[in-house]
Amino acid sequence: MTVNMGPQHPSTHGVLRLVLELDGEFIQSVMPTIGYLHTGIEKTAEQKKWQQVVPLVERMDYLAAQSNSLAYVLAVEKLLGLTMPKRVDDIRVLLAELQRLASHLIWLGTHAMEIGAVSMLFYAVRERELLLNINELIAGFRFFPSYFRVGGLREDLPRGFHESVNAFLDRFPGKIDEFEGLLTKNDIFRRRTEGVGTLTLEDAFQWGLVGPIARACGSDYDVRKYFPYCGYESYDFKIPTATEGDVYARYRVRVAEMRESVKICRQAIQRISPTGAWACDDTRVVPPPKDKVYTEMEALIQHFLIYSQGFTVPAGDAYVPVEGPRGEHGCYIVSDGSNRPWRVKMRAPSFMAIQALPSIVKGGLIADVVAVIGSNDVVMGDCDR
Amino acid sequence: MATPAAEQHDHGLVDPELPFLTTKFEWLVQWARRSAIWPAQFGLACCAIEMMAMAASRYDIARFGAEVFRGSPRQSDLMIVAGRLSRKMAPAMRRVYDQMPDPKWVISMGACASVGGVFDNYAIVQGVDQVVPVDVFVPGCPPRPESLIYGIVQLQQKIERSRA
Amino acid sequence: MESAAIIEILRSAVPGAAYDVGHSVDMPTIYVPAEHLVATCGVLRDLPALQFNVLVEVTAADYLPREPRYEVVYHLLSVPKRQRLRVKVRVGANGSVPTVQGIWRGAGWPEREVWDMFGIEFDNHGDLRRLLMPEDWEGHPARKDYPVQIRKAAQTYEPLEVSEAEFRANIERDRLKRTN
Repeated sequence: MTVNMGPQHPSTHGVLRLVLELDGEFIQSVMPTIGYLHTGIEKTAEQKKWQQVVPLVERMDYLAAQSNSLAYVLAVEKLLGLTMPKRVDDIRVLLAELQRLASHLIWLGTHAMEIGAVSMLFYAVRERELLLNINELIAGFRFFPSYFRVGGLREDLPRGFHESVNAFLDRFPGKIDEFEGLLTKNDIFRRRTEGVGTLTLEDAFQWGLVGPIARACGSDYDVRKYFPYCGYESYDFKIPTATEGDVYARYRVRVAEMRESVKICRQAIQRISPTGAWACDDTRVVPPPKDKVYTEMEALIQHFLIYSQGFTVPAGDAYVPVEGPRGEHGCYIVSDGSNRPWRVKMRAPSFMAIQALPSIVKGGLIADVVAVIGSNDVVMGDCDR
Repeated sequence: MATPAAEQHDHGLVDPELPFLTTKFEWLVQWARRSAIWPAQFGLACCAIEMMAMAASRYDIARFGAEVFRGSPRQSDLMIVAGRLSRKMAPAMRRVYDQMPDPKWVISMGACASVGGVFDNYAIVQGVDQVVPVDVFVPGCPPRPESLIYGIVQLQQKIERSRA
Repeated sequence: MESAAIIEILRSAVPGAAYDVGHSVDMPTIYVPAEHLVATCGVLRDLPALQFNVLVEVTAADYLPREPRYEVVYHLLSVPKRQRLRVKVRVGANGSVPTVQGIWRGAGWPEREVWDMFGIEFDNHGDLRRLLMPEDWEGHPARKDYPVQIRKAAQTYEPLEVSEAEFRANIERDRLKRTN
């Protein structure tokens, strides 16, 4: 029997089409069709200036927007040869970890909702609202703050930032305990997720899955430890791993990652001073402060050039990986020396996860397909770009 | 937008020569329709997450009548097109719209659904009103949940104004 | 490891291939000729000194006025050795590249996407069809001579996949099954 789980189906992972060949309830084969959300962001980015690509790139993986823009910004800064002041790195680490928490919260809410624990979505979204409040504090925008820019940040941190982040960090570990209390020892949840969607480490690496999926199979590969960026080597945190490689193991790994993220955020917020440097010193890239623009001629010219022509990036290519919530996010950029990118390509972990899906669910039941898609944490915006 | 022609027949219970009773009945029918609009899930991209946030506990949309998001379009009245519509998805969306029974309404949520948004390129349909008739456009990228609630309230007022 | 050191190892393992060092600021980059790609990748994955066991990405870039026109870029990762490598293959406008699916299974879809977006053929791929664009799309969007904006009406129907005769035959068969 052939069943079509069409592009519109009641799962919030987006528009993914699966054609399932079934024998009773057992799956013989799965053929995924993607591309229903293909937006041509990479081609559109070739028409924009370097700084204007940041909001575009954020909308690719819309749940981990700031890890996308961090990957892009780091790649451009690598080509430009810029180094950031330590405060900028610390703020980037803090916001990246808060973004990881936000993405994992949605993952937890939707995954549990699809398995059957519907109220988890409401709990998770409630906590996420606090994180979106923090986003709104720094940039006025809940979802896509575009706060990371080439050259640093958009502007300095607002007043009240430390209080709201600390209030969130004080409240959140108790909430993780609540969520774990609901699900981790829950018999129904365990029976639906243990032994389902098992993947060996060899297979995970063959399919190019390096992220929470590989860590649930026993690897300890994490970009933050192996190829540190933004000063991650100076933070004290562990990489949670599991060995079974099934859906339950991925759940445990991600929940443990949330706890580690809270630890990193606490260390980061202590290092950040309320005011200070928010960008590097390079005047070609960073616009001057507005009071100077209104009074000094050079600052006015510089502001005008930056916003009308943009800055140029030396020719070459760069790829900088960051550890996104889904795995390794990276941006491969090619520059031809002008003020527009020649090629922008985002490495999408969800793309590899959906490619591996047919081999993971083969021989399982239909109900397992939903559990496996949820545990692979696929976001179609990331997959289709 | 004019109401679909299929709805301008009488309901078989009231004599159409009596304007008072018809008006009252029409008002009742439209009140029932607008107070319990059940959306079909058509979340495509980032706006879908804001739609989920709107349905969640902080900006609870159930207070406005949208109690459940139906999984099947055949049991819903409203389609909130949340997110960018790519050319590959357009036939599927039209099919979902055709499967909804009358009366049905469409809210185009976000800039990408209304006019193509930031993405003026080969892959995105520049506005879903090229594919389905839209009642309310809600701008934003993504619109705040309060904006979308305002859009739904506007739709409710539109239903109140229109003929049953 | 630097690019030159990797090339030394590769030259002894794959005789006759003309490798080149690529200029880059972030990771070792080597240029590999297309005909030696599969052998090179096998060596890169299996040799104990290299052990590049993860293929992170396959992508391409179109350098239009330049010949050869395309560069197919492979990003490799060695987890045991904590090393990254970029392999580039220069391809001309009608050229093709052998597939590396036999070495890393995860190369299937990225190569399909490169074909979809650029039109670069991959020999022996087995499944080279549209991935991100609709099945009946013409043109390869990421090429530099493809327009960014096109003005085309949205297609709101899908062509029927069965002919009318088949459709009637199916209905008739179901009716007979139900009534017998």
